Amino acid sequence: MNNSKDKNKIKLEYSIISNDFKRAGETSSNIKSILKKVGIDNKVIRKVAIVTYEAEMNIVIHSYGGNIKLMVEGNNIIINAYDKGPGIEDISLAMKEGYSTATDEVRELGFGAGMGLPNIKKCSDYFKIESSTEGTRLLIKISF
Amino acid sequence: MMKISQIIKELDLELISGEKGLDNETNGVYSGDLLSVVMASAKEKQIWLTVQTHINIVAIASLIDISAILIVEGMEVEEDTIEKSNELGIPIIRTNKTTYEISIELYKLGIN
Repeated sequence: MNNSKDKNKIKLEYSIISNDFKRAGETSSNIKSILKKVGIDNKVIRKVAIVTYEAEMNIVIHSYGGNIKLMVEGNNIIINAYDKGPGIEDISLAMKEGYSTATDEVRELGFGAGMGLPNIKKCSDYFKIESSTEGTRLLIKISF
Repeated sequence: MMKISQIIKELDLELISGEKGLDNETNGVYSGDLLSVVMASAKEKQIWLTVQTHINIVAIASLIDISAILIVEGMEVEEDTIEKSNELGIPIIRTNKTTYEISIELYKLGIN
């Protein structure tokens, strides 16, 4: 199964629905099992799992909906997460560990620790975030 | 390494779901209720102690290869959480004890 031809064929796209806590985590779980099948290293899979889970939850919790795309290019896993608004007012605050704008209701479920974006950045070899009132876009690369 | 089934027996824990994963092995424990912190810090094959009971805990456990979820303080586990745990074969077990109390027992059992 450890075949680079298989890896480079991977091109995935998922739409994420706002507020859908029941299905939350399915996209990242699906991505994990596909990467496992093509023989990606476990340490790399863990990073991808954390990045895609946090990105997925951010879209579910904070946005009006969006999508996650993942592809393998050479020795890089490239992840694009895009959502439709309302955007992040202050990106540097959002990048600070412990800062969160999540509601009390969501926090009671254990979300909104203010660790999502910091976790994503920590697991990424390349990380870029852009946000406006139109929406937020993340570009992440993880090398293996 | 110790099997989840053996830990359940030794510490008289209640198995709620995820029987398929009873042969999972563990040699460590992680405790936490803030999901992003758990994601970042818990390690594969650990038992995860938490008071969270909603369906997302199973997704997290599966993503980072947790061996079993141990619900503390006798919290009620939601039906869709149970279904997901059965589907993925990740055991959910429960105790009425606090995190601290059950941690000591796990430690005495040799899980450290």
